[in-house]
Amino acid sequence: MEPPMAQTADTAKTSYQGQMHLLQKEIMGRYFERVTRAAEQGDGKAVFMLISGNPVELVHAFDMIPVYPEIDALQLAVKKAALPFIQKAEELGYSMDNCAYVKADVGLFLGGRKTPFATIPLPSLILCNYVGCNVYLQWFEHLAEYCDGKIYNLDIPFMRDPSGKPSPEDIAYVVHQLEEVIAICEELTGKKLDWDKLKRIVALSGETGELWAKIKSLTKHIPSPFDNYFDSVTMMAPLYCLRGTEDGLKFFQTALREMEEKVQMGSGPLPEERFRFVIEGPPPWPYLRTFRDLFAKWGAVAVASTYSTVGGLWEFGFKHDPNRPLESIAEHMLQWNVTNRNFLQRYEQIRRYIQEWSADALVIHSVKSCRLFSAGQGDMREYFTKELGIPTLLIESDLEDPRYFSEAQIKNRIDAFFESLEHRKLTHKTQAAGATL
Amino acid sequence: MTTVESILSRYREPLENFPLELAADWKKRHADKKLVGCYPVYHPVDLIHAAGMVPVGVIGGGNRLEIAHADSRFQSFVCSIVKSTLELGLTGRLDFLDGIVFHSICDPARNLGSVFKRNFPKLMVDYIHFPQNMTSPYTIDYLASEYLRLKTSYEALTGRPIKDDDLRRSIALFNEQRRLLRELYAIRAEQPENLSTVESYVLLRIGTLMPPEEHIPILKEALADIRARKEKPKDRIKVVLEGSFCEQPPLELIESLEAAGCYILDDDFLLGWRWFLEDIATDGDPLRNLANGYLRQSVYSGVKHDTREPKAKHLIDKVRETGAAAALILSAKFCEPALFDYALYKRALEKEGIPHLFLEFEEKMWIFDKARTEIETFVESMLFD
Repeated sequence: MEPPMAQTADTAKTSYQGQMHLLQKEIMGRYFERVTRAAEQGDGKAVFMLISGNPVELVHAFDMIPVYPEIDALQLAVKKAALPFIQKAEELGYSMDNCAYVKADVGLFLGGRKTPFATIPLPSLILCNYVGCNVYLQWFEHLAEYCDGKIYNLDIPFMRDPSGKPSPEDIAYVVHQLEEVIAICEELTGKKLDWDKLKRIVALSGETGELWAKIKSLTKHIPSPFDNYFDSVTMMAPLYCLRGTEDGLKFFQTALREMEEKVQMGSGPLPEERFRFVIEGPPPWPYLRTFRDLFAKWGAVAVASTYSTVGGLWEFGFKHDPNRPLESIAEHMLQWNVTNRNFLQRYEQIRRYIQEWSADALVIHSVKSCRLFSAGQGDMREYFTKELGIPTLLIESDLEDPRYFSEAQIKNRIDAFFESLEHRKLTHKTQAAGATL
Repeated sequence: MTTVESILSRYREPLENFPLELAADWKKRHADKKLVGCYPVYHPVDLIHAAGMVPVGVIGGGNRLEIAHADSRFQSFVCSIVKSTLELGLTGRLDFLDGIVFHSICDPARNLGSVFKRNFPKLMVDYIHFPQNMTSPYTIDYLASEYLRLKTSYEALTGRPIKDDDLRRSIALFNEQRRLLRELYAIRAEQPENLSTVESYVLLRIGTLMPPEEHIPILKEALADIRARKEKPKDRIKVVLEGSFCEQPPLELIESLEAAGCYILDDDFLLGWRWFLEDIATDGDPLRNLANGYLRQSVYSGVKHDTREPKAKHLIDKVRETGAAAALILSAKFCEPALFDYALYKRALEKEGIPHLFLEFEEKMWIFDKARTEIETFVESMLFD
């Protein structure tokens, strides 16, 4: 049954189209052209990396091209082009139960590397920045077997200490490895690292991260000026591909300006903000719009999300420091991204979001592909509902494989959840009114 | 003299019921001793022993454990061992432990460490980040510092320092245990008719549930018994088994595999308890020796991610060196590392012209007919090809 106050999906305004989006298209278009030129004309050397806590600054310092198989996989999913690649990988022996990001990418890698958005070059360096995700190690190990690119496992010790901080030994270990990566890049490009250039890039990263943190804190306003999940993901591609470049900085300056204007105008992504929620887990890329609309019709806005912190967690005060370029890249990789933090640190991050971003509820989107995110989310739900009394919804699908998305089932769960949340709000209001009478 | 037969009749049933009860019973008889659980694959058990404690292999719940609570915490697509380990904890079956240590083997195991920390606040829960960069000269410094951190944790648990000489003595003791286990495996590879896989499995598994001081004499007597055996080889195909390095298949499944017509010359069961290819040095800095052992003297493991050689090289070598005719990939259901490895194994085995069979199992499985039929068909196709 449709709730009386809910709007239908087509009347709900679910995205904001401003300068920022045009600029995003333009700069990401340029980036993918560069990627394609490297593939088709051999113009430039590609470094394959992973999103989590990526050290993109080093890659830019050598004018090499960062290529993220995760971005390629998610673009395929968004464009509903992933399934044939996934199936190709499964024919080769990959399991139904393996991460579908990897399968889509392997299918693509062995199947011509052509996508609707770019042609993917062969890597000169397969830089496995192992930041928390064990599948990363498998993924790049496999790519290395399928081509001649050099592989380097950049090992990032996991945040296992009760303090939640890296030890001096952890930092020293990562810095030594970054120096080895520099030596490899010097050999591949035939030029020495320009330290001044690296410092400039790290400074740009610092500014970009700070802007991003400011943008993300704007969603503390009521109403929230944008959706800190569905709109944040649009900003993530420039954050990873173009962080440390002038293009990237300009994009985030524009984005901040526009979002601040929206705060001034008191406008948000929906005509009316009725619920504020925090969301945990990656989105279902093949059904992103459908998924978004299921929340939009309830007037529900995501005010914070853990997924938007996989590549880096800037909103709690981290900033790259150009005077300590390698140490600060190491700290970013170790401590300042969600994937290298332990599961309980994630609980704490979500708890802060709920409190500081004034959210009504937590939605956990559990995806089969990404066990780093999902394994144990039942315990997370237990903690938030039983220990903290936060209304929590857990729904399951996948980030890449369209076969795992059941719209009717997810819709029922979401509707039932917001219906009860609405009921709860009304009861609270009545009780509050009763108390003042 | 203790025979292998008598060891099996003593231990097989407990291992098939609740393996950890063997360790829990031991604790009842040694109330003053502290026990630390080790989640697979590998743990530097020498360090626990040097602290005056007993390392215990917490390697799943077997097929008699009903999962009633843990499946609301871990989803349906997570492997059984993660859930059974939590279930053991939630039902009080791990209460005899003073600590438990997880490590970076896979993502669910990593999160399980945190879930344990939250749900069992009285238990010491630690986590080792094993290095995944096997090529950097700095890795050894890192790993030695990680072991030092862990050592400090154990010292806090027992309230007394671990001296270097204590650790050297423990390493020497485990060297002896590992040497005997290597001999056990060498016999299987050379004369599989004289030692079945189930027998060697039981002999190894009990070592994860008692102190090495008790396990070593059992192993010695068993080996003397085995060395005297002179069985006639049966008409079976010789295989090496790979993929069961974490969650363990039920004994009945292992037995079915052999009964279906195979000699399993080598396997990766309980790999962490026979982790080293040679003795760890007992002179010099013992933490560094253990770290060096991990990086340079350890067995192949898919979760070690060594980029120095192709993924399937060790498997191809093993088939060639043992003279096996085929490879049997026995992977736990939902075990992402093993399932990923399989894609590369398949490719390499096909390229080398080595026949293989891929089977999935779950520790909680009860019915073995399907697996048995598959392996029988495979064996027949090999024998009559």
